[in-house]
Amino acid sequence: MHIIENGNAAAALGVKLCRASVIAAYPITPQTPLTEKLSEYVESGEMKAEYIPVESEHSALAVCIAASSAGARTFTATSANGLLYMHEQVQWASGARLPMVMCVVNRAVGAPWNVWNDQQDSISQRDTGWIQIYCADHQQIIDTVIKAYWLAEQVSIPVMVCYDGYILSHTFMPFDLPDQEQVDSFLPPFQPDYFLNPQDPANLNTVTLPDVRMDVRGELAHGYMEIRCLLQEDLRKALQTAAEAEKRFAGIFNRGADPYIEPYRCDDAEHVAVGLGSITYQMRVCVDQLRTEGIKIGVMGVRYYRPFPDEAIAAALKGKKGVIVVEKALSYGYEGALMSDLKSALYEHLAGTGSLPVVQNFIAGIGGREIRTDDLTQTLRAAAKGRVSKEPVWIGLRL
Amino acid sequence: MQAKSTILSLPTEELVHPGTRACTGCGLSIAYRVGLKALGRDTILVVPPSCLTVLQGLFPVASTKLPCLNVTFASTAAAAAGILATLKAQGNEHTTVAGWAGDGGTSDIGLQALSGAAERGDNFIYFCYDNEGYMNTGVQRSGTTPIGAITANTPFKGKLQQKKDVPAIMAAHHLSYVAACSAAYPLDLYDKIKNCLALPGTKYFHIHIPCPPGWGYDPRYGIKIGRLAVETGYYDLYEIVNGEFKLTAASEKLIEKRKLVPVREYFRAQSRFRTLTEAQIGDIQKTIDEKWAGYYKKDE
Ligand SMILES: Cc1ncc(C[n+]2csc(CCOP(=O)(O)OP(=O)(O)O)c2C)c(N)n1
Ligand code: SF4
Repeated sequence: MHIIENGNAAAALGVKLCRASVIAAYPITPQTPLTEKLSEYVESGEMKAEYIPVESEHSALAVCIAASSAGARTFTATSANGLLYMHEQVQWASGARLPMVMCVVNRAVGAPWNVWNDQQDSISQRDTGWIQIYCADHQQIIDTVIKAYWLAEQVSIPVMVCYDGYILSHTFMPFDLPDQEQVDSFLPPFQPDYFLNPQDPANLNTVTLPDVRMDVRGELAHGYMEIRCLLQEDLRKALQTAAEAEKRFAGIFNRGADPYIEPYRCDDAEHVAVGLGSITYQMRVCVDQLRTEGIKIGVMGVRYYRPFPDEAIAAALKGKKGVIVVEKALSYGYEGALMSDLKSALYEHLAGTGSLPVVQNFIAGIGGREIRTDDLTQTLRAAAKGRVSKEPVWIGLRL
Repeated sequence: MQAKSTILSLPTEELVHPGTRACTGCGLSIAYRVGLKALGRDTILVVPPSCLTVLQGLFPVASTKLPCLNVTFASTAAAAAGILATLKAQGNEHTTVAGWAGDGGTSDIGLQALSGAAERGDNFIYFCYDNEGYMNTGVQRSGTTPIGAITANTPFKGKLQQKKDVPAIMAAHHLSYVAACSAAYPLDLYDKIKNCLALPGTKYFHIHIPCPPGWGYDPRYGIKIGRLAVETGYYDLYEIVNGEFKLTAASEKLIEKRKLVPVREYFRAQSRFRTLTEAQIGDIQKTIDEKWAGYYKKDE
């Protein structure tokens, strides 16, 4: 069924369709309409779940961590400083291998206070051991939430579904609302290997030593390092599982494509603009314009940021003259985080092949600074001509 | 109220294995062992980093025979709420959820989450075992370290501020049950847990925990010192049931006796109070006497 709703509602509908049974949240703009919607579903009885109105984001994730450890399918969502306030719990959730899903409605972080959109919040959580997926429109939001639960529960790793505040969260767009039966066939009920249970007691997340240690049966149990290494290995393997999720989903819902990247007019392109989230769809407009001017350019959205689909990205960019990375966040003191990751993927897969593209970095839309399509087009036009600067260049800056 | 337990009427089943990693003479070992007996098998525990994390053993062994979720320092009460919500979603109305945190994990970093859960009325029991300092990190001051106590970060003058009254803070949340207990009176603790199990919402327990390395005394004197705290009227055993305050056990008996042991005896038994002067002890004695004059008056 096609409906017209905002991005937050798309996420809420996805969570409802996935039958999350424990939801905890704390208000922060622009996430609020999403969790308000869920509280409506729960209070009206439309959704059978427990909704815990916690006193902080740290507690929101604490509730989800404990509920997931007790066998519930959980949900929370946040933005900006809420996500930063959760940071300790974000790390805990992945270390404890809990298959939870959290939406991050991207917003700039303080100081100074700013409630508008950029992606510094989720990018700052890049190294926490979560799977991180970026959405470019409303259909992707609802579909990604559904796929995220399946993926998380397959690999026992939590998933962050990120989408741009306001640009997606507060705008209305038509999208297909999946039907409940189809979602049920895609996503079976959550059945964890172990959950907190007085009939089968276990002590979870106890102090774990640097080295391996004998258990009571004389078998070697993992040390901390083994446990952490398994998280890394399983995250890398999750790329395969993500492809499987995409295939399963396409089989049932008849839509879906490359799970990792979303190329547009890239096949014959000499230059490719790269980004995360809604800006990649805006860049399609720029690309269409530049194509009429004879500039051979395409755009590629990176959907999976962690685990990083380095191989797919390098393969898509092989032989291109130039890559233009446009980001709404940066690793202060160096350059955009996606820029660094992308360069390392290109180096790993293309060094010595003679087909390493020139890579340039642009920073845009920080703290909600309007990204005018004309400016963006002009930036791509200039970048396609040759290297503009060695340092990241801020689009629309008035310094 | 139920009959008072005796040492012979306690369940014989141990839910804590002997030989834990706690220090010799640790008051927490007693409170935890007896507390779990009262909670029983059908319980899920939540524990933040503290001496209890260590007492429970290092992976892959565990000293506790109940399921236990170790959580981050500030999140004990919120985690308990998450387990409760799941049990509710699963239709399980019988399993008890209990958080066990230290005084730092309760009175300082965990207070916000505890207050949130108490305000929501989440149906679980929260135990704060109060050894009056951050012991796991090497005896630093906490919100409940008493005035005058030397700690690693109040090294010369002792703590200059009053002990935070956490049970009073929790009582201000209109809880169905708030209790102050001591490891030196385990049967009082046991009976109080049994008394509150059926009550609704959040139940709060504060347990005074003598700690040999943190307080500075020979491990064999732990019970004696715990009892001195009560007999001097310095630390009181009580319960607040639906707002009704009542002294219990040894503290209740002090009402009849109308006679307190001088608090100097309590202070002089521990090296952490070594810099307290006689004048300071005199001031503290005066506060205690005034508090008890109030109790006596209520009794008349
Ligand atoms: C967020 C955070 N800050 C600090 C610590 C370090 N830490 C671990 S245990 C502990 C002391 C716990 O003190 P308390 O709660 O009083 O329990 P006790 O050790 O006295 O039993 C501290 C400060 C931590 N684990 N997490
Ligand atoms: S430091 Fe104190 S509370 Fe901690 S285990 Fe030792 S005696 Fe017990």
